[in-house]
Amino acid sequence: MKVYLDNNATTIVDPYVFDEMEPFFVQKYGNPNSLHYVASETHIPLKTAMEKIYAGLHAPKEDSVVITSCATESNNWVLKSVYNEYILTGKKNHIIVSEVEHPSIIATARHLETMGCKVTYLPINSEGVVEANTVRDFITDKTALVSIMWANNETGAIFPVWEIGNICEEKGVLFHTDAVQAIGKTPVDVQGLNVDYLTISAHKFHGPKGVGALYMKKGRELAPLLHGGSQMGGYRSGTLNVAGIVGMGKAMEQAIDALDFEMTEIREMRDDFEDELLKIPDTFVVTPRKKRTPNTILISFRGIEGESMLWDLNRSAIAASTGSACASEDLESNPVMEAIGAEADLAHTAIRFSLSRFTTEEELDYTLAVVKEAVERLRGISSSYAYAPEGHESGLDAGH
Amino acid sequence: MGMDNLIGGTIWDEYSQKVTDLMNNPKNMGEITEEQAKKMGAKLIVADFGAESCGDAVRLYWAVDPNTDLILLSKFKSFGCGTAIASSDTMAELCKGKTVDEAVKITNIDVEMAMRDNPDTPAVPPQKMHCSVMAYDVIKKAASQYKGVDMESFEAEVIVCECARVTLSTLREVIRINDLTTVEQITDYTKAGAFCKSCIRPGGHEAKDIYLVDLLEEYEKEKMSKAADASAIGATATFGDMTLVQKIKAVDKVVDDNIRQMLIMDGGDMEILDIKENGVNIDIYIRYLGACNGCASSSTGTLFAIENILKEKLDQNIRVLPI
Repeated sequence: MKVYLDNNATTIVDPYVFDEMEPFFVQKYGNPNSLHYVASETHIPLKTAMEKIYAGLHAPKEDSVVITSCATESNNWVLKSVYNEYILTGKKNHIIVSEVEHPSIIATARHLETMGCKVTYLPINSEGVVEANTVRDFITDKTALVSIMWANNETGAIFPVWEIGNICEEKGVLFHTDAVQAIGKTPVDVQGLNVDYLTISAHKFHGPKGVGALYMKKGRELAPLLHGGSQMGGYRSGTLNVAGIVGMGKAMEQAIDALDFEMTEIREMRDDFEDELLKIPDTFVVTPRKKRTPNTILISFRGIEGESMLWDLNRSAIAASTGSACASEDLESNPVMEAIGAEADLAHTAIRFSLSRFTTEEELDYTLAVVKEAVERLRGISSSYAYAPEGHESGLDAGH
Repeated sequence: MGMDNLIGGTIWDEYSQKVTDLMNNPKNMGEITEEQAKKMGAKLIVADFGAESCGDAVRLYWAVDPNTDLILLSKFKSFGCGTAIASSDTMAELCKGKTVDEAVKITNIDVEMAMRDNPDTPAVPPQKMHCSVMAYDVIKKAASQYKGVDMESFEAEVIVCECARVTLSTLREVIRINDLTTVEQITDYTKAGAFCKSCIRPGGHEAKDIYLVDLLEEYEKEKMSKAADASAIGATATFGDMTLVQKIKAVDKVVDDNIRQMLIMDGGDMEILDIKENGVNIDIYIRYLGACNGCASSSTGTLFAIENILKEKLDQNIRVLPI
């Protein structure tokens, strides 16, 4: 059995989404900007897709949901355009982000720091959540923007974007939220909170890769990041990604239709699975379930280094994650685990299981059995559980 | 950069088959108890190295014949990723049947070489090299315990990175052998600087006697003085023949002497990011700072001026590319 439990990284394209996209490669391949009939074949499907995306976000028609290539582009756009308009011009000098934002926010903020922008990286509390009042504490009259994610990719923690939005409104500061992990997992309604900008990405909710969007409230439109042929109202030039936009529209519609299912059935499956995982001794979950998206579990297995757990899961064709910065490229411990202030010896033991509406009970039963075997094997190898003669002074807990 | 680096692969794909097999079925994984050692008439040594909080920890068990110093049995337990387990296993294997003095001579390179499928292909990618370094350190720890000396005196070594317990001599050696020029490379090879980061440069939460940036500077000076010696013997090297470090120095000097003042007067500045040979061209990548950034002239007039000065002073094939 193959099991995919890395849905916070990317998702399978829903077959209905794929069906909707298919005609736009070989049959209806027109450039929507042209005048002829091949172009006009794309107009109604594009309009329909945009309507679905607007409906999914509850965005009023007068606001702008600009299609981009991905969430990274949307996030870069917000930070860099705010920098150009407010900070480079000397009107403001400061932005606020959380310390657990996606790299497309953190790395961009660091880049802006090199160009003279002051950046506050807000801490998270022991439950992995940014507390709204910390935002208030750090806002100054020189703060141009607050950018706080709606839900965290590692823990699934849902951040208090409503309160943060209110604080920003009150203080007259722009508010952006990266809602990439929220769509299809928790209700997202741009009219339900004070938000100026909001980022989404299709491939996180069973749409195609290479297409995302940035919502901009009327009156808060940013200067473009990409200049050119004035597509997307001039806000984001570049030939329209017709198939991608159609795919994102359909994916949004499906995600909204499935939201109840996700919030009840998937949540229940996740909770049951988590209950079983927590029956394994020496396992730890940080963020309380009620404060999380319904699909995510970040769990530590004491004495088992995350990458070796992934290795054993992978051998049994189960795909999970140790967190975006851990076993992939650099060797640092999971940044969220560090930020939470988890016990030092658990910093390298976190595994993320992220479910989707395509996850089945059978897959989770199988995964549980494999996890139990892996825990037994790897704790058998682990020095953390190893024999030492009486009087042996362990040199293994020399952490700092 | 170039094609191979634009789309990263997974590090697991770079493991040798031996590493994979040992991770799946480590041969020397296990423990030696006091009773077992006693039955063999051997002395039990249990040595620990690393820390779970750093992501890697290993416990090495030796049963040593006190008369011959021969390691009769060697076992390990390890908290770590696949390469840490495979390296620990290989290290334990290499210890078997050696005397303690012989075992101390096993290096991380021996461990890594033993895990190769063929002699020319590394067993693990660079960012996983530290795993074999740790396997080597735990041997020294075990030997120091057996000989009843503490590890510091046994090694007579300064440790630069406490988290990863990387010694000064290891760092000097790794930097020199691999011609490392950045802190990131040092971290990939040794894991030094990957954790609390205090050892990278002054200003961390712990003050150090020596930092990674000092070691890089020391090595750079060493290379410079060697190059100076070499050029004193032969003719002065042309720009094209210089090493990268020399090129950067030379470009820096021209920028300082002839260019920077002009930029600063307009509220800007620049820095040199990299120098690459691209066919006949020598591409100098720069980053504009301050007011230069985004200035219209930075991609036209100012850029041409910078390029022309560098061409005139150093080499006609220079191209300047702002990033």
